[in-house]
This record gives sequence, C-alpha cells and structure tokens, in this order.
Amino acid sequence: METANAIEIRDLDVDYGSRRILSDINIDIRQGEIMVIMGGSGSGKSTLLRCILGLKKPSAGHIYMLGTDICHTSNKKLYGLREQIGVAFQGGALFTSMTVAENIQLPLREHTNLDENTIQIMTRIKLDMVNMLPYENLMPSELSGGMKKRAALARAIIMDPKLLFFDEPSAGLDPITSAELDELIVMLKESMKMTIVVVTHELESVFAIADRIAILGEGQLVQVGTPEEIKSSTDERVTGLLNRTPRKNNVDKDVHIERLTRDKE
Amino acid sequence: MIKAISNLGSYAIETIEQIGRTFNLLLIIAWKMCLPPYQIFPIIKQIYFIGARSLTVIIISGATIGMVLGLQFYNTLERFGSVGVLGSAVALSIIRELGPVMTALMVVGRAGSAICAELGIMRITEQVDALECMAIPPDKYLVAPKLIAGIVSVPLLNFVFNVVAIGGGYFVGVIMLGVGEGSYVNGMIDSVVWGDVRLGMVKSIIFGMLITLICCAKGFYLHLSQYGSQGAEGVSRATTDAVVISSVSVLFFDFLIGALMS
Repeated sequence: METANAIEIRDLDVDYGSRRILSDINIDIRQGEIMVIMGGSGSGKSTLLRCILGLKKPSAGHIYMLGTDICHTSNKKLYGLREQIGVAFQGGALFTSMTVAENIQLPLREHTNLDENTIQIMTRIKLDMVNMLPYENLMPSELSGGMKKRAALARAIIMDPKLLFFDEPSAGLDPITSAELDELIVMLKESMKMTIVVVTHELESVFAIADRIAILGEGQLVQVGTPEEIKSSTDERVTGLLNRTPRKNNVDKDVHIERLTRDKE
Repeated sequence: MIKAISNLGSYAIETIEQIGRTFNLLLIIAWKMCLPPYQIFPIIKQIYFIGARSLTVIIISGATIGMVLGLQFYNTLERFGSVGVLGSAVALSIIRELGPVMTALMVVGRAGSAICAELGIMRITEQVDALECMAIPPDKYLVAPKLIAGIVSVPLLNFVFNVVAIGGGYFVGVIMLGVGEGSYVNGMIDSVVWGDVRLGMVKSIIFGMLITLICCAKGFYLHLSQYGSQGAEGVSRATTDAVVISSVSVLFFDFLIGALMS
C-alpha cells in the first residue's frame, strides 16, 4: 500500500535504557520532497534517523515507510524495503578494504544479476553525477572528507532508490564543498524524483535544500513547516536555533552546588 | 559493599548476555549459510587470510615445539633407558594435545585478534549499519565466511603443525642426539592409532569454530558491550578480551573433549 506520504511517523517514543531520547514524535514526509530534520546536538535527530532506517527499535509508536510499518514487520520485509532506500552516512561508512568503485558496485552485485559491463557503466554514471569519476580506483583512506561523502552518496543512489537518507552532509566540510553537496542533493531530487531526508544542523544548508523542515528539541518535535514558516516562527526554541542563541542554564544555585559536590554513584 | 555486589551483578549479566549473543550468532549463521547466495569467494579469501597467511608462524612454532619436545623427552627417557620410545612420545603428545592446542593459540594470536579488530572498527565506523541499510545481512556477509574459514583452516594448519613438529622431534632425536631412525619412526607408527588422529582432528575443528566465533562475536557486537561507546579504546579492549577468552576456551575445551573422547 503506497500513500501520498513516503514516511509516516506516529507517536514515536525512543529510550536508551532508562533515558528517554525521543518522545511523542509525529512527522509525515511526503513523496518527492526534501525533508530536513534539524536540531541542536543531543536533540535526538540521529536517533530518529536510526529508527527510520530500522537500526534502532523504538519503545513505542509506528514508522510507516512506503506503507509498511517497519517497527512491526518481519526482517525479510524490512530487507525488501531497504532495497528501495539509499543511505549516505555522516562519515561515509565506505568499506575500507574496497576501492571507491567496488564500494559503489556492492549493492548491484548483491541484489542484481547484471553483467559486469552494465555494472561498470552504472558505476561510472553515478560517479560522474557526484563528480568522482577520476577517483574510482582510489581507496577510501586516500579521499578527503567531502570526497568520502560524495562517494557514499554515489553508493546510496546506485540502486536508484525511492528514498534517500543523508546524515549530516555538511558536517566538517568547507563552505564551497558544502554548497556543492547541497546543489547535488537538490539536483538528485529534481532529476531522479526521490524523496530525500536530510539530518543536519547547518543552517545555510537547511534553507538551501529544504522543502520542509522538522525541528527537534530535547527529544520532542518542536515544529514542522516550510522554510518560510520556520523563519517566521515565534517559538523560542526555533528562534533560538535560527539565531544561534546560547542556551541558558537556569539551574537553582543550591542545586548546582549539590551537583558539583555530590558523590559519584 | 553494595556497589561491589552491584558491579558483580552487572558483570555477571553482561557475561551471560555475551554468551547468549555468541551462541545466537552461531545459530543465525548456521541457518543463513544454508540459504543462497553462497559466499564462495569471500570464504576463499578468508581461508587465505586465516590459513595460508598463518603458515609461516605455524611452521616456525611447530618446528620449535617439536625440537623442544624431542630434547626434553630424550633427557627424561634416557634416565629410564627408554630412548627407543622417543618417536611415540613425541608423536602422541603432538597429535593428541599440543598440535590442536598450539595451532589454535597461534591462530588466535595472528588471525583472531585481527578478525575482532576488523569487525569492531567496521561497527564503530557505521560500516555494519551501512550493510544493513543496503539490505545485505552483515552476519552472513561478514561473519559467516570467517567462521567457515576458521573451521576449514585450523584442522589443515593442525596437520601442517603435526608434520613439522614430528619432523622437529626427528631432527633433534635422530640427527642430533643419535636415536635410531628405525626405533623413532617404527615406534611412532606402532603407537599412534586412528583414535589419536581422530581426537586431534575433532579438537582442531571445534577449536577453529570456537576461536573464530568468539573473535567475530566480540567485534561484531562491540556496540552492545560495555566498551561500545569507547571508540578506538573500545576496539582495543574488545580485541584483548577476544584473545584472552578464546585462548582460555581452547584450554578448557581441550580438557573437556579429551575427557569425553578418551
């Protein structure tokens, strides 16, 4: 069953041990849009991405990906769904024992019966899309941070996925490389009609690529809206994030002293 | 006091969890190995890594241990006037006990630590997650070839170790110390029976499975262990644990199998 939404997140709670990381999250991600999940450090955005990818089981709630509830489905169905998605991890997560081209070819070799020639051609097409064609025979350790991210992106799109996830595309990159990646993400959406989910906290990137933005704060969904709606928001947590206002530590003086001096448990 | 009991309890729970996870991994892999696609090339690659690349260390340690055994047995047997049984003593010690145990310990040190570190690094750098997201089961793709390679390679290495060690004993006993060639070789042929060879073979197959399973599980499940959040130090501690636990398990199972099969 396919709906107008590529992903629907309903009443999601996530805990690590006794610590609640995400609470009552409800987000719809529409087909063909770029949804940016944004928030400060520790806001739970990476945990949310891991839940959407099925790498972390939530404590409660549902995540419907392309109509299937991935929280309550069999491993076989989950793997079937994963063949329709692409993921570019923050550090690239390229296999260090393989060349760039071998990394990109891996999903094709595992999931298709294409002949060697076709695999080579498809690899070069994707490498060309991310401007990495001259580096196909390099090992991941020989690549810069931006090149690793682009190679990871090529691997993520090699199977022409319906859904593309990108974790922190701009983190640790210089402004020019970061802008190039932003352009690439928008180009992918337009040329391949993908639904793209980007997790980031880089403000410039967010407003350059987002169709809609979901803002998380301290494990809760603060607001979902278009970039204009987010910019005009009056919510303190949103304006604080956009204006880079340092968080105030409104802790009582006595409580603060007790925290500093109490015995370690 | 309460803290100490609490720590002991946590340690016990973690240990039981680890044993459960390791056993579970074995069952999952045994099941998935029956299903296509079959990982023929990765298995050959791992046999090369665990087996062929361990040959040098196996040959050197086999020759050394064979020579030491030849020398020590000669000195002991000479006191009782029984140097004629030197060949039997060396061969039986090596085929039944030292061959399987020393081969397994050498493989733990050379390949087991590397397997654990490789999988641990893949885990902390999200490479295992990347495989999951590409719908490639990481247990089957990463662990199964190593496990099969361990089960195949360790008995073969054990065979090489046995031959080289018996040769080392021959070199010291016959060539250096003058024991009769006939008594060394014939004594060995007369005393070694099929049961001894079978015992050594069963031990090395079980050791091969045990050490690769423990080392793989330690690296593969690094994120679930207490070192999971410690990055490079976590990998180093998991690798140390894997080597220690594998080595102790080899010695314990050596006794267990020996007791059950003797």
